[in-house]
Amino acid sequence: MRTLTYREALREAMDEELARDENVVIMGEEVAQYNGAYKVTEGLWAKWGDKRIVDTPISEAGFIGMGIGASMLGVRPVMELMFWSFHSVAFDQLVNNAACVRYMSGGLCSCPIVVRGPANGGTNVGATHSHIPEGMFAAFPGLKVCAPATPADAKGLLKAAIRDNDPVYFMENTLLYGNVGEVPDPADGDFVIPLGKADIKREGKDISIIAHGRSVIHALAAAETLQAEHGISAEVLDLRSIRPLDVDAILATVAKTHRVLLVDESKPFGGVSAMVSHLIQEHAFDELDGPIKRVCTIDAPAIYSPHIENEQLPNPKRIVEKVLTMV
Amino acid sequence: MSDLNFAASPINQSLTIERKIELYTQMVRIRRFEQVALANYQKPGRMGGFLHLYIGQESVAVGTLSLAGEHDHNITAYRCHAHALASGMSMNECMAEMFGKQTGCSKGKGGSMHFFAPDKNFWGGHGIVAGQTPLGLGLAYGLKYLGREGCCLTYLGDGAVNQGSFHESLNLAALFEIPVVYIIENNGYSMGTSQKRSSSYTGCLAQRAEGYAIEWDVVDGSDIYEVRAKTHIAMERARKEHKPTILEIDTYRYYGHSVADANFKKYRTPEEIENYKKNHDPIHVFRSRLVAEGVLNDELIESINKSAKEEADASVVFAEESPAPTIADISTDVYWETDNQTEASKIGHHFFA
Repeated sequence: MRTLTYREALREAMDEELARDENVVIMGEEVAQYNGAYKVTEGLWAKWGDKRIVDTPISEAGFIGMGIGASMLGVRPVMELMFWSFHSVAFDQLVNNAACVRYMSGGLCSCPIVVRGPANGGTNVGATHSHIPEGMFAAFPGLKVCAPATPADAKGLLKAAIRDNDPVYFMENTLLYGNVGEVPDPADGDFVIPLGKADIKREGKDISIIAHGRSVIHALAAAETLQAEHGISAEVLDLRSIRPLDVDAILATVAKTHRVLLVDESKPFGGVSAMVSHLIQEHAFDELDGPIKRVCTIDAPAIYSPHIENEQLPNPKRIVEKVLTMV
Repeated sequence: MSDLNFAASPINQSLTIERKIELYTQMVRIRRFEQVALANYQKPGRMGGFLHLYIGQESVAVGTLSLAGEHDHNITAYRCHAHALASGMSMNECMAEMFGKQTGCSKGKGGSMHFFAPDKNFWGGHGIVAGQTPLGLGLAYGLKYLGREGCCLTYLGDGAVNQGSFHESLNLAALFEIPVVYIIENNGYSMGTSQKRSSSYTGCLAQRAEGYAIEWDVVDGSDIYEVRAKTHIAMERARKEHKPTILEIDTYRYYGHSVADANFKKYRTPEEIENYKKNHDPIHVFRSRLVAEGVLNDELIESINKSAKEEADASVVFAEESPAPTIADISTDVYWETDNQTEASKIGHHFFA
């Protein structure tokens, strides 16, 4: 099968959706003439022009609110946040208008937008640029959230997100943009991965490692080490979509291995892994042979220092060490 | 009293007698509706939450929305009852919404601040000060994108002009040439703080438009002819040239910021309120005009008043007799996909216990 980078897969998803639906518009800071701060949208402006690929000023509350308003009338904006960390300056638009307008109008309005961009730590850019808000946004009913780990998932999920008639907040990762993976050829058909479907990235029998986003890549690396050096067979379940959430897949892997490690780049208080942990204890308590454990980002604002930031985040070493305390 | 010349402007000259009576009737309906709402708000157990009354400002919503055509849209903040009724919504669905009933325009999920009627080009009803200003921009962006010749009237209060989202919207409106008309309904007070204590400006609030290279004007809101004449110019600029405008319409509210505003007689003098009621009330001013023009007489005035009161009273009966939402209703209208039971909605859990 052909391969693409994660970045190219996202671009291909947008390109295909721009072709499929004339109401799809790409908006954001530097997405057009600059070709994207992270080159995700490279070439799209040259191909699609000013109407479909729109450079906005640095004005997140303004352009995201504008996209929400336009979506109520039938336009389908796909808006790039250069960093998801910048959500805070557009928070009212993201959680009051996008998440609640359908509800407060008794279902008369809908808001088919996608807001996408990187949400990760690990690039030594300090606390303001390293927020990981998928758990926070998933806590707002009315919103959908996903966080793909591979190029194929990035493409398939972004296409589903653009076609979805609800607001979808799509969390990427700057450290994954260059990763290469197999992605089905468009000539072989329309490749869409539905929201709400988790994926077993590695089969195992001794412990389930449940993760999303870049933590999946770490979990897979840790699973290799655990197998090679400790004879431990770890299953890796990639949530892919946070809300809707594939609860059935979570419970199935717990029933298979009876031990669970959750890996989550968020901070420990609240967040995705806290919710998953709650669901497991409520619905699969009798399946557990031990307490659910977590590897999260160490509980402090993101440290800048390139010498140490990697240790604040989940990484294969921390995952292996934690698993060895459990099995 | 403003210059009589506004009555002579072509957009007002084109008003038929019937249409003039209709505009007057709409203003009276809005006032009677809100007076009846207030009376019911004060009875225990009928309505919850806030009640932001528009009484004193009726010429603004009625005058501006009287100019709206098929592709003209509008959106406002939480003082939204007048825009809803002037957009063509019924008193029944509005009153029932305030009573929190299933038959309310938002099924009892929005309340007084969140009326909606997209089928009538009315997009709410928004609770956060200035939060609607980027949405109005977006609706206008959508009109232009979809190739429809129209504009979006986007209302805000004088207290909203200091919010960042409004300034971001102005910049984008001018930069992208968006057919939006921002209408500052200046009633002089952002909640309990007067304009002079809340805003720094040169000349007037609308003049801030100059910093964004946007056209602006100031309007005497007590004269519906002036409201229509100046708003028409702004709407045509938006529709034909894709250029935004800021209009600042001077008006006044008789009641507090909301009915819960206990200090509304403390931050303003009784003389100030009385002066407005006596000399600038938009309904009184228009009524005198129409009597002088021979359009209205005492009999017609009384019959309009009586019908409006009866319609408002009937809407209370309708609201009272309507069913409340059920516990099951709490979980609908959250996601389009689950409401429509699409394939996508069947994959994964959308809701959590």
